[in-house]
Amino acid sequence: MSTSKIDYSQFPDARGHFGIHGGRFVSETLMAALEELEQAYRKLKDDPAFRAEFDRDLAYYVGRPSPLYHAERWSRMLGGAQVYLKREDLNHTGAHKVNNTIGQALLAKFLGKPRVIAETGAGQHGVASATVAARLGLKCQVYMGAEDVQRQALNVYRMKLLGAEVIPVTSGSKTLKDAMNEALRDWVTNVDDTFYIIGTVAGPHPYPMMVRDFQCVIGREAREQSLAQTGKLPDALVACVGGGSNAIGLFHPFLNDESVQMYGVEAGGDGVETGRHAAPLNAGRPGVLHGNRTYLMEDADGQIIETHSVSAGLDYPGVGPEHSWLKDIGRVNYVAINDDEAMSAFYELTRAEGIMPALESSHAVAYAKKLAPTMRPDQTIVINLSGRGDKDILTIARRDGITL
Amino acid sequence: MSRIAETFSRLAAAKRKALIPYVTAGDPDKATTVPLMHAMVAAGADIIELGVPFSDPMADGPVIALAHERALKHHTSLRDVLAMVAEFRRTDAATPVVLMGYLNPVEVMGYERFVAAAAQAGVDGLLVVDLPPEEAGDLAVKARAAGIDMIYLLAPTTTDERIALVAREATGYLYYVSLKGVTGASTLDVGEVARKVETIRNIARLPIGVGFGIKDAETAAAIGRVSDGVVVGSALVGKIAQHAAEPARILEEIPGVLRQMRSAMDRT
Repeated sequence: MSTSKIDYSQFPDARGHFGIHGGRFVSETLMAALEELEQAYRKLKDDPAFRAEFDRDLAYYVGRPSPLYHAERWSRMLGGAQVYLKREDLNHTGAHKVNNTIGQALLAKFLGKPRVIAETGAGQHGVASATVAARLGLKCQVYMGAEDVQRQALNVYRMKLLGAEVIPVTSGSKTLKDAMNEALRDWVTNVDDTFYIIGTVAGPHPYPMMVRDFQCVIGREAREQSLAQTGKLPDALVACVGGGSNAIGLFHPFLNDESVQMYGVEAGGDGVETGRHAAPLNAGRPGVLHGNRTYLMEDADGQIIETHSVSAGLDYPGVGPEHSWLKDIGRVNYVAINDDEAMSAFYELTRAEGIMPALESSHAVAYAKKLAPTMRPDQTIVINLSGRGDKDILTIARRDGITL
Repeated sequence: MSRIAETFSRLAAAKRKALIPYVTAGDPDKATTVPLMHAMVAAGADIIELGVPFSDPMADGPVIALAHERALKHHTSLRDVLAMVAEFRRTDAATPVVLMGYLNPVEVMGYERFVAAAAQAGVDGLLVVDLPPEEAGDLAVKARAAGIDMIYLLAPTTTDERIALVAREATGYLYYVSLKGVTGASTLDVGEVARKVETIRNIARLPIGVGFGIKDAETAAAIGRVSDGVVVGSALVGKIAQHAAEPARILEEIPGVLRQMRSAMDRT
């Protein structure tokens, strides 16, 4: 399909659709709240006071801009394109997630909601939500699958230290999708005083648009930094995709630059061919879940199936609707990286550059490792290093057979 | 006239209110559902809402969410649910059946195939919880063409403008969700429900059923006084859970609850 005449800044349409994807598939109780949120967001996003506060927080609280780092040694080892890392791992709280929670918590404040809720998988979004809630004095409750509470004990404790209450979810598969179900149930019940901070570019309109807008700071910076440091736009962008917020944040400001190739990397788990993975764009079908139409992992009856990934943050059966659309029109290539490949990329980057990527980001690192040698040394790749690996140390040690 | 419209006008003529039980198809097992539907009709049910199991029932509270899990344990699919309706229709040509559930199983089957199969099975209405009228266009057009009513929810948070919009798209009846929350939530303020139903009546012409949080005969009667129909779900499904191991008990207990509600509603 031709992509030449699309102006990507014009999407979604007025009702939140990206092609057939996106939309607002929720029960009636939430419709008024979503309309209120959309109106508030449309008004505030161009409001100078709101913008100034958001930018100030990103600069002085999050520590932006994050560096674009030329991984020279690793690039030499790969023997091809020059690899640059967009260092979202250096943000306050250790990942890109905070860009979005800063924005949404400001919205909560402007809307006068005293309570925020969030869902979390790996715990990064939960920590980022608890962090901004602490700072604004908002009550914060975080829904987390009981399985993930076990896997991510460190982040659970961090959230508690920050004053948030972590609610383990024991329904369904006890992971991120079930945490999101439970958060939606909470929101329906407490819609008057509660703001739901969704952690990724999924959910009902306006969330996919709003979260994307907050995360686009990544791509805007990377674009300027590339021009300043290399004198040109990057040739390729690589980012991991679970729900897809770090990827859309990097990709979106480049979508109209036709020369820039983009690779979204899904979690291949044990291998896409085994069925034990979390790669709906590679092996799923469009369906409706959590308020939007998008590619999903589902069985022949339309039941959502369990996902598998070494990285809790990618362990989700859906994906943001804009990614589904970018796949359909062929603007972004969606690929998959298996657990083992992600693990070895983790070790390799750690040793080559002294930078420990999160297991989520390691999927992007692993794909860049395949891509770089196919490119010329005068070409550049920007990887979104969306988070740091500290939170994964226990998981990695366990896989290595080490008890800490 | 659709079976649903006919039912409401017959009830209105008799000055009675519709009793609308909800059960999840395939809970606790596939064999129990059709006999249970017949038993509910015998106990005074006017319309049956039959839940289509889904892995992620976001709008449902723990009681009905667990019913979906029980039904999915033996893989009750949308196709199975349609077969149950067809079987029910073999001996009951009068009682409307409304399928209540989530969109994704319908998406996977495909709107066209689904609507044809539903009409063939004798389904009268669709209530797709996560499908507001704004997104329903394609399915609604096909359903209407097949004579199947599209039933939409209204909530305490629904503005007057939206009530008008939803009412324009709805056929059969409007389902007023009596509280902010999921199915089976606790407190229900009858006075508040009465006020909102009055507001809806001033805007919409369709009969109004009220559900969410109706637990006993007394509440059913009170809600019946201010609406056209009473939907009861979690109170029944909770009993099914209690006797999941002995389906024979379910076929006695559920009609028992409905008979109490029926007589309380008819007394007023």
